[in-house]
Amino acid sequence: MQLRFAQLERFREQFIVGLAGTVELTVICVVAGLLIGLFCAFAYKRGNPRTRKAIYVYVEAFRNTPSLIQLFVFFFLLPDLGILLSPFGAASVALSLYFGAYATEIIRSGMDSIPAAQSEAGACLGLSTYQIYRHIIIGPALRNVYPSLSAQVIILLLGTSLASQVSANELFHAATFVESRSYLSFEVYAVLCAIYFCLVLASKLLMYLFGRLAFRWPTHR
Amino acid sequence: MRIVEFSDILALIAALRWTVGLTLIAIALGGPMGLALALMKASRNLVLDGIATAILQLIQGIPLLALLMFFYFGVPVFLGVDIPPLVAVSIAYVVYASVYFGQIWAGSIAAVKQEQWEAGACLGLHKWHQFFYIVAPQAFKISLPASVSFLVQLIKGTSLASVVGFVELARAAQVISAATFQSTLVYVLAASLYFLICFPLTVWSRKLERSLNGAN
Repeated sequence: MQLRFAQLERFREQFIVGLAGTVELTVICVVAGLLIGLFCAFAYKRGNPRTRKAIYVYVEAFRNTPSLIQLFVFFFLLPDLGILLSPFGAASVALSLYFGAYATEIIRSGMDSIPAAQSEAGACLGLSTYQIYRHIIIGPALRNVYPSLSAQVIILLLGTSLASQVSANELFHAATFVESRSYLSFEVYAVLCAIYFCLVLASKLLMYLFGRLAFRWPTHR
Repeated sequence: MRIVEFSDILALIAALRWTVGLTLIAIALGGPMGLALALMKASRNLVLDGIATAILQLIQGIPLLALLMFFYFGVPVFLGVDIPPLVAVSIAYVVYASVYFGQIWAGSIAAVKQEQWEAGACLGLHKWHQFFYIVAPQAFKISLPASVSFLVQLIKGTSLASVVGFVELARAAQVISAATFQSTLVYVLAASLYFLICFPLTVWSRKLERSLNGAN
């Protein structure tokens, strides 16, 4: 059987729009998820037992259920609550909370890896609580967990393909559209896999460079 | 339109058998393949290591959903043969599981100190015996927490088979939600069932990790 990749040429527009959607969704969810993660990790460290319990329930609920089901729940739940969002918006909310749960767990373990003596040393130098968190705990903690955090970003990037199931317009959705028009199943999904693979390689490179830039200070370990 | 009844909940529980079934297929076939990949990476043979690394990098850069579609829709059209749905879905999960198990186990083997191999060599053990009697038991212990937490990923991942119409828990939830229009309730029920399976495994994985850290 011959391959007809050339026939996909005329669907280039769809693939590019889809790619933009996937990148947009990933960036939104990474930024929102990191904010959720930082906030929850901080609240877990400083909060009272009830706050800790609430964060624990949030993290475990999102880590132990499939993100596909989470997407469906949010897709149907938000309108029930009177919040009307586009499928893309609903997917952003669900995936941000999903990434936020993992980010919380990762950042929290990073904060645990900073010895208490280190923040006490900061207090001895007269730093404020904010300064201690900003310079002595969060920075080195993020550096320690940067590899797991970037691995989680890749998992999120691959996971955004699930948003197609609630008809959010991203790369996978574009591919299923093209497939239904062209009937070139093999070619379309081969191209799709190739695009995702390149996207993952590019993000890995980008995050590696960012890590080198952001965590430049030397350590003696 | 009807409301969600007890029989619907029973139907969800019954659909769990394919969630579990797919997981078991993926472990039973993907496990040995993952071990083979891990051994290729540990072999210190440039060609074998290169092939294994390329496979791991490639498949880890592709969403599970795309793998499923590729094997379910793409490959049968390409080969011009009818592949039964169960086989196509199973192939995708076996490939997925083998790659992630391979990555975890390769890391665990590398985490066992080089001296352990050398000590085995000093005792006159063959390379394979060094692996099976000295390195493998230690690597197994190191790999256990990550393997269990990947098992959770795998169980959650079986929900994607619903996309190609394979009736497991997520698909059953879709069918019932279409019949009752109480989508939120049905999906929350399905999510709770997944949670009941996955949470104990997560707790177990964390306990294993803690005992491992204590041992070192």
